[in-house]
Amino acid sequence: MTTPMVSAKGVTKSYGAVDVLRGVDLEVARGEVTCLIGPSGSGKSTLLRCINHLEKHDAGELRVDGELVGYEARGGKLYERNDKQICSERAQIGMVFQRFNLFAHMNVLDNITVGQIKVKGLSEDVAVDKARALLERVGLSGKEANYPSQLSGGQQQRVAIARALAMEPKLMLFDEPTSALDPELVGEVLDVMKDLARSGMTMVVVTHEMNFAREVANSVYFLDQGVIEESGDPAKVLSSPSSDRLKLFLSKVL
Amino acid sequence: MTTNGDTAVQVVPVRHFGRWIASFFAVIVVAMLIHTLLSKIPNGQVACHTVNAVRTCHNVVNWRFSWNVVFHYFTVSEIIHGLGLTLLLTVISMTIGITLGVAIAIMRISESRLLSSTAWSYTWFFRGTPVYVQLIFWFNIAAIFPLITLGIPFTHITFFHLNSVTFFTPFTAGVIGLGLNEGAYMSEIARAGLIAVDEGQIEAASSIGMTKSQTLRLVVLPQAMRVIIPPTGNEVISMLKTTSLVSSIGVVDLLGAAQNIYSATYQVVPMLIVASLWYLAVTTILSIGQFYLERYYAKGALRTPPPTPIQRIRSDVRGITSKFRTPRPAKESR
Repeated sequence: MTTPMVSAKGVTKSYGAVDVLRGVDLEVARGEVTCLIGPSGSGKSTLLRCINHLEKHDAGELRVDGELVGYEARGGKLYERNDKQICSERAQIGMVFQRFNLFAHMNVLDNITVGQIKVKGLSEDVAVDKARALLERVGLSGKEANYPSQLSGGQQQRVAIARALAMEPKLMLFDEPTSALDPELVGEVLDVMKDLARSGMTMVVVTHEMNFAREVANSVYFLDQGVIEESGDPAKVLSSPSSDRLKLFLSKVL
Repeated sequence: MTTNGDTAVQVVPVRHFGRWIASFFAVIVVAMLIHTLLSKIPNGQVACHTVNAVRTCHNVVNWRFSWNVVFHYFTVSEIIHGLGLTLLLTVISMTIGITLGVAIAIMRISESRLLSSTAWSYTWFFRGTPVYVQLIFWFNIAAIFPLITLGIPFTHITFFHLNSVTFFTPFTAGVIGLGLNEGAYMSEIARAGLIAVDEGQIEAASSIGMTKSQTLRLVVLPQAMRVIIPPTGNEVISMLKTTSLVSSIGVVDLLGAAQNIYSATYQVVPMLIVASLWYLAVTTILSIGQFYLERYYAKGALRTPPPTPIQRIRSDVRGITSKFRTPRPAKESR
């Protein structure tokens, strides 16, 4: 059996007195799309951010590609990884944010090449070629010289996806990628994500787009108050929920 | 809205009567100012001539602002040398100040308590004591520490030593005093810039694997510059004039040179005008530089960069000339 891309066992996280994650178990197989759904404050974004160590989980075991996130197990002890090791872990995990977070002072091309050049050490020519290919893939050829402020939200988010893909990640995390978009722009971003899913990318997506989850996801996890309430095949989970909380949630969002 | 087909509708812009009246008074005030600047006053002497055995006398008049004296001393070598020293002091002190300020600001926002409290203490001390006192202190440091040595504390092992008397010349003392003081002010300006950068930018940089120092250099600082530059321009201009304090420790800067001249000639006001005109000239050049620097760092933050002064003048001229042509009627939208 191959190791799953992401596995979480009993992951907890609290901010002061607030328990955000209270023992979360999750498994994401290679090449699969997993959607995390749930009401706001349920801990889905926090879980996602723990996976690439933007947040430090307090307890439990969290592995990406078989490796512990943020720690190294040697001789029965856990050694906390240093900054450099964490950075090289993160470079292999792409992340797309709700608020796009494109580098505001760089044009589109530089946004996509900076990581390749400065983090992966690629030459500028190679990086630019790759950036152009990715821009074509997300349907934004010709926007190389534009600054993020000159693009629509949907365009910015597609550039953000290209920026993450440029690092050739083994896993892509999406944190509510369409929540900050005008309704008519949601489709263009979801189309890029569907295309990515078809190409075999392993994806973990925090989303409120139930149709996307139903159509693309291999599995859906419903989080509520820091625990996984229900999980499984999207068709089953979303069409015939067994828990009352999920029923209530779906009745509000669908 | 009614549809008028293609019939043109004349648009009458709002009339700003208040502005017209204010402009009228502004013109009068400017005229008065120019008149005063160019006026002449009797200097108390009477000059008499005898032409064809007729003796005529009249009061001798001088420029009110002694422009002939100002003009004469404007480019004398003492003044130019003083100006050079003032510029050198400003450039070196600001370089020290900005470098130190950015470093202290980064230390201040560090997670390390040691670094952040060190940075806080530095700012507290250097901002909390008068720069004048600090200058005098560095000037007199040789009396307190005649020899400065680098070695292992509490042993007799030394690697390097410095004779304070020869090292701390008035100029060095001035540069160090002004630079260290400026570092404290610049650190707060730089910190304001750093914390103004959106947290999401830092997260995005982390998410593609940038280290903390790469994030700072490639993402945070370039964006912080936009916030840092206007107050830094202020600091440079303020430093230009603060450097005149060094005349108290014996450096003959621009103001010092002017003072030296008027203490011999008693032409106090004209010499101060000479110095002020030079300060104004340098400030003008610095302000122009600041404008273009701001414009450079605004890229990405504004959809269209602000027009340069030349572009603005051009569009103003275009606006004025178009008023004298037949007004182009606006078409009503359909």
